[in-house]
Amino acid sequence: MIEVRNVSKTYANGTKGLDQINLTIEKGEFVAIVGLSGAGKSTLLRSINRLHDISEGEILINGQSITKAKGKRLRMIRRDIGMIFQSFNLVKRSSVLRNVLSGRVGYHSTLRTILGKFPSQDVDLAFAALDRVNIVEKAYSRADELSGGQQQRVAIARVLAQEAKIILADEPVASLDPLTTKQVMDDLKRINMELDITTIVNLHFIDLAREYATRIIGLRAGEVVFDGPVSEATDERFAEIYGRPISKDELLEEVTL
Amino acid sequence: MTNSTKSWNQIVPKPKKSLYRWGIYIVLAVIYVWAFAGVPVNGIKETAGQVTRSILSGLFSPDWDYVYLPDGEDLLRGLLDTLAISILGTLISTVVCIPLAFWSAVNMSKSRWTSGSGKIMLSVIRTFPEIVMAILFIKAVGPGSFAGVLALGLHSVGMLGKLFAEEVENMDSGQTEALLACGASKLQILWFAVIPQVLPGFLSYTLYRFEINLRSATILGVIGAGGIGTPLIFALSSRNWDRVGIILLGIIVMITLIDMISGAIRKKLV
Amino acid sequence: MKPVNLSTNHSLKRPNPPSKMKHYLTVVIILLLLWGSAVQSDSTLRELIQGLPNMLDLLKEMFPPKWSYLDNIWDAMLETIRMAIIGTTIGAILAIPVALLCASNITKKSIIFYPVRFILNLIRTIPDLLLAAIFVAIFGLGPLPGIFALSVFSLGLIAKLAYEALEAIDSGPIEAMTASGANSLQIIAYAVIPQIQAHFMSFTLYTFEINVRAAAILGLVGAGGIGHYYEVTLGFLEYDKTCMIIIFTLAVVLLIDYASTKLREKLL
Repeated sequence: MIEVRNVSKTYANGTKGLDQINLTIEKGEFVAIVGLSGAGKSTLLRSINRLHDISEGEILINGQSITKAKGKRLRMIRRDIGMIFQSFNLVKRSSVLRNVLSGRVGYHSTLRTILGKFPSQDVDLAFAALDRVNIVEKAYSRADELSGGQQQRVAIARVLAQEAKIILADEPVASLDPLTTKQVMDDLKRINMELDITTIVNLHFIDLAREYATRIIGLRAGEVVFDGPVSEATDERFAEIYGRPISKDELLEEVTL
Repeated sequence: MTNSTKSWNQIVPKPKKSLYRWGIYIVLAVIYVWAFAGVPVNGIKETAGQVTRSILSGLFSPDWDYVYLPDGEDLLRGLLDTLAISILGTLISTVVCIPLAFWSAVNMSKSRWTSGSGKIMLSVIRTFPEIVMAILFIKAVGPGSFAGVLALGLHSVGMLGKLFAEEVENMDSGQTEALLACGASKLQILWFAVIPQVLPGFLSYTLYRFEINLRSATILGVIGAGGIGTPLIFALSSRNWDRVGIILLGIIVMITLIDMISGAIRKKLV
Repeated sequence: MKPVNLSTNHSLKRPNPPSKMKHYLTVVIILLLLWGSAVQSDSTLRELIQGLPNMLDLLKEMFPPKWSYLDNIWDAMLETIRMAIIGTTIGAILAIPVALLCASNITKKSIIFYPVRFILNLIRTIPDLLLAAIFVAIFGLGPLPGIFALSVFSLGLIAKLAYEALEAIDSGPIEAMTASGANSLQIIAYAVIPQIQAHFMSFTLYTFEINVRAAAILGLVGAGGIGHYYEVTLGFLEYDKTCMIIIFTLAVVLLIDYASTKLREKLL
């Protein structure tokens, strides 16, 4: 369970990134965060695992405050939260397997991981994770030899190997073509259903959000302006979120056509 | 024709060269007059032509016997010594400059003062000529190759540290962010996300610096810091032109070969 | 590694890991090279540790620097700068035809540009101090051999940088000039030089920066400039004066670097 309590974020130049956000996300939910670029989607997501610090309020992960955590405690909380990025963020010159194993570093001592002595269960776990996203045959390829869609699947495998209980995905499909977009979103959805992993995804395309999510959160200028099930997220409500009618480039279907 | 030119000039006046530009020309002219006025022209010895001919004939009829002498100082041992000095010097500078590079990389330190102080230190080291460092090291460890190794090692830190720091600064921050999000510690981030990214660049710059160090190592002998420079200076001062010839040939062949090998490896790395 | 059944409940097909032989071999070769180098150059850590106190003594003697020595070395520093200016200029002028001959997009014939490049590479293998030592043997002591050494060195460096820049220029204007019936000199004047001159000036300034540093040590082999005073002061064990030379050189070099970098930024 993720609890976001009265969270605000003000940047050094005075602009408000987040403004009094209050949210509770239950285990196993598939949440899509939508809004214009600059609305604070990415800031909110990165506040949850504290890649960004917040100025006010508190965020609790399964009852533990990540806002107050430091050092090892912070790393232990982060270990349970996997993150997927728009630009994949794989270590391009390392092998796929090593990238997936790097999701395990939080479980072992620094010395052990640096010597490369991952236990064989970890290696098995990494292969199982790669198998789940159908990319096991690429295990020893260098990450930069893979296509964008394959790289994003490796990133998902990294999160699986991490045995994360929460997945944060920051525009996971923004760099992908429509076909691979569908594959990656299907993977995320399947993992969410099968392993009951809470999933929060920032999305640009609202039809994708409607298709995959169980709950949609709309942000505008750092404030939550919509929070409800997909059935309530009608075109009219979206027009409210965006402050204007939905344009064609916000619909994947339209872009594809 | 002249008529029409005139009219065009009236329509679109030719831009005048600005005063600023003329100022630069005048400053340049003054600098050059000053520079050339101070050079003694009568300093050429009348033997110059003869000596040049001797060196050239020495280059074309080198003292082949000097290449290998069963006992003692010969060309091959001198070149090997030079190579050894540059290899070790490069190793020392690489080891020393890695922490300095991370220290002076902007994205690795919290405050600009930290990285700024690192950069200033690197550029001070860079301006110290290796030959002057060698003079100082000779005073410390005595004349010989080791002084040369230490001099090259310390001097190269300046340039390598700067290049390494730039490599670290050009790193993709997303990859470190991903590791941070997994709950990795600082050392784990360094090992899993930073090192794989910067290693090829580091190796390539190290080889490049090695090529430069090899050239420097050939002259360290001039002041007694080992390598092929010592016999060369002896040969020059004793006017043994055939020997000068073979030593120059040896240096040229060695540097050309090493450049080719190192260049090939560097191409593969990137 | 044994195949293990996991939660997905089917045995995994795993690709074979690539051989690590190449990595091990590389590491072994590098270690051998280092070990051999240490033996060849008699480098031991013990010697360094034993020598460290000597170095500290030396550093102690260097401070405070003897500021009054500045009067004695002022002229030598000016000579150093003169040598650098003249050497760079001669080198830059000589580099123009050489660079044009090396560039494959201007000199179309490979029987010309390959040999010229080869000779250029040969010139570039000889370090500046070595050139100076040879020129001192030919011309005798003084700044003249230093100037010649710097000229040859600058020729090598500028010509290399310039021909690489030449090969990267836009071929369109050359085609246009060729199409309008220009001869090769006209093509160079109207299509090549305008594209390259800013780069060329920048390379020359860059070489000048290097030459100031080089000129400051050429005196060690008798080729003029401030380097001569290293030998003088070190010979008499006057380390406070040596320190003054080092500090003065450092200041001048940093100043010239700064000015030259600013100028280069303006050029490009």
